[in-house]
Amino acid sequence: MTRRPLAFLCSSWPWRSLVYLLGSAVYAVAACLLIYTGYVYGAWVASATALLVLVVLALPSAAFERWRLRLVDRMPTDNPHVKPPKKGLRAWLSTRAREQATWRDLGFTVVGLSVLCWMDLGLVSSAFWLPVLLMSGPFQPGMHWADGLPLAAGGVLLVPISAYMLTAWAGTRAMITRAVLAPGDAEIIRSRARLVDAFEAERRRIERDLHDGAQQRLVSLSMKLGLARLDLPPGSPAETQLAEAHEEAKRALAELRELIRGIHPQVLTDRGLGAAVEDVAGRSPIPVDVDVSLPGRLPPPVEVAAYYIVSEAMTNIVKHSEARHGFIYGRLHDDTLVLEVRDDGVGGADPAAGSGLAGLADRVAVTDGVMTLSSPPGGPTSLRVEIPCPVAV
Amino acid sequence: MPRLRIALAEDGVLLREGIAGLLERFGHDVVASVGDGDALITAATEHEPDIVVADARMPPGFTDEGLRAALILRATRPQLAVLVLSQYVEQTYAAELLDSGGGVGIGYLLKDRIGDVREFVDAVERVAAGHTVVDPEVVRQLLSRRREPLSRLTPREREVLGLVAEGRSNAAIARALVVTDAAIAKHIAGILTKLDLPPAEDDHRRVLAVLAYLRGR
Repeated sequence: MTRRPLAFLCSSWPWRSLVYLLGSAVYAVAACLLIYTGYVYGAWVASATALLVLVVLALPSAAFERWRLRLVDRMPTDNPHVKPPKKGLRAWLSTRAREQATWRDLGFTVVGLSVLCWMDLGLVSSAFWLPVLLMSGPFQPGMHWADGLPLAAGGVLLVPISAYMLTAWAGTRAMITRAVLAPGDAEIIRSRARLVDAFEAERRRIERDLHDGAQQRLVSLSMKLGLARLDLPPGSPAETQLAEAHEEAKRALAELRELIRGIHPQVLTDRGLGAAVEDVAGRSPIPVDVDVSLPGRLPPPVEVAAYYIVSEAMTNIVKHSEARHGFIYGRLHDDTLVLEVRDDGVGGADPAAGSGLAGLADRVAVTDGVMTLSSPPGGPTSLRVEIPCPVAV
Repeated sequence: MPRLRIALAEDGVLLREGIAGLLERFGHDVVASVGDGDALITAATEHEPDIVVADARMPPGFTDEGLRAALILRATRPQLAVLVLSQYVEQTYAAELLDSGGGVGIGYLLKDRIGDVREFVDAVERVAAGHTVVDPEVVRQLLSRRREPLSRLTPREREVLGLVAEGRSNAAIARALVVTDAAIAKHIAGILTKLDLPPAEDDHRRVLAVLAYLRGR
């Protein structure tokens, strides 16, 4: 909502908010049925039914609330309920009854049925019907079309205002829902992200220390050995020994260079994700087509996460897929970085089997991103990652 | 080889002294040796050296100050020879250098290559003479893309193509592969035909044509 008005109105957010709020119709229908029961069979029967419905449906209803949060809230929601220690209905019942989360679910369902759903639907109808009604002014029977025009203009003007109103309420409601039904995980994600940032800063420091220290000294050593060889007759025992030492120093330099690249790739800091991905592709033993086009530099945490995801995915392809060709795609859609790494290999990649894919999923989770893996047996494998990327710098 | 006037930029004092000593030992003059990009620009403007040898990464930001300084110098004096040394090679850097001043008098090498002192001084001299010298590692990466006509080359032809792209002369390639100059000339003619590149007598033009081809432009 903080974006430029046109960008916001053209985005999917007003529509997502509308669908999110319309979901409350389920509660409204349930509430109407209860009121009808009270009207037909009396208050006692209605109260008993309400109680029964609440007890049975509180948990599914809370699950539904958490599920539909995804429409308007990118952060993943964890289920706050713990897993019962044993199988069976009794263990499940006793676990749930002693859980704080269950009582919160129950309370929220009561509030949802009695207050929230009416607010949602009231807002949707005023935000939706008022502009439509005004816009239909020129076509209303008994009204001259010219008189209706100002009304229609007013209706058109109301549309963007309604869009903001809907989105704002959906956002507020989502915040309330998250606070009650899925508390805590936002903080966990934030603290995970802080940890990753701290690790990244540390890696950069180590990389720089190695660059300024060990690497410089090894270059110096190699140069001195090279110079010393000039002073000795070629093929003499001393020269042979020196030549071996020289080779050893050069190998150490090459190994150190690879090590430093693994710790933190300098090209990522210097030239950004596009160049770094080209670099990964250039080093791959199988040919890789790169189609990455980004409008500029992305925020550093996004670049780093995306880089490690691509290089880990490429490592997996080379190790396991038997692919002959790889393909890397990257674009910034709106405010989401979309990455896709595909191959023409044997498929059958399973996140549960190896630590590589699980590590990838963790990386993505820290960025509030979404990872989709498609890898049927026989292939091909396609990994798609979407990372929220607020501002392109 | 005429005595070259060299401006050297490297932030590690030990290494800077070492490289200066090495170049002087081979009969060249190090007219300025500095420790950061801005100082390099000042020194190169003041001393008008034949060639600038610069570390890519220097203070204050420790990213690519040396490379940027080299590009700025090339923008004002396109004929100034520039050899950039880097702890790691990257195609983007190679491309930025090759695109400056038409790629004439450009060198881009891994810092490790300083250890092979004779080859290193040879590279400095070739770049100063207006040739293009590209690190074997960059060429290896470019060749690994394996675009279509490249896969039609025989392994030997690929080897020769790689050495051409690094900026070696026929004679140097013949020496490296222990064959005659004539055999190399035949290989090169074959490669150029397969890649649809015009035959070029001039070593230097040929290097640029091959590099442009490998970079896909």
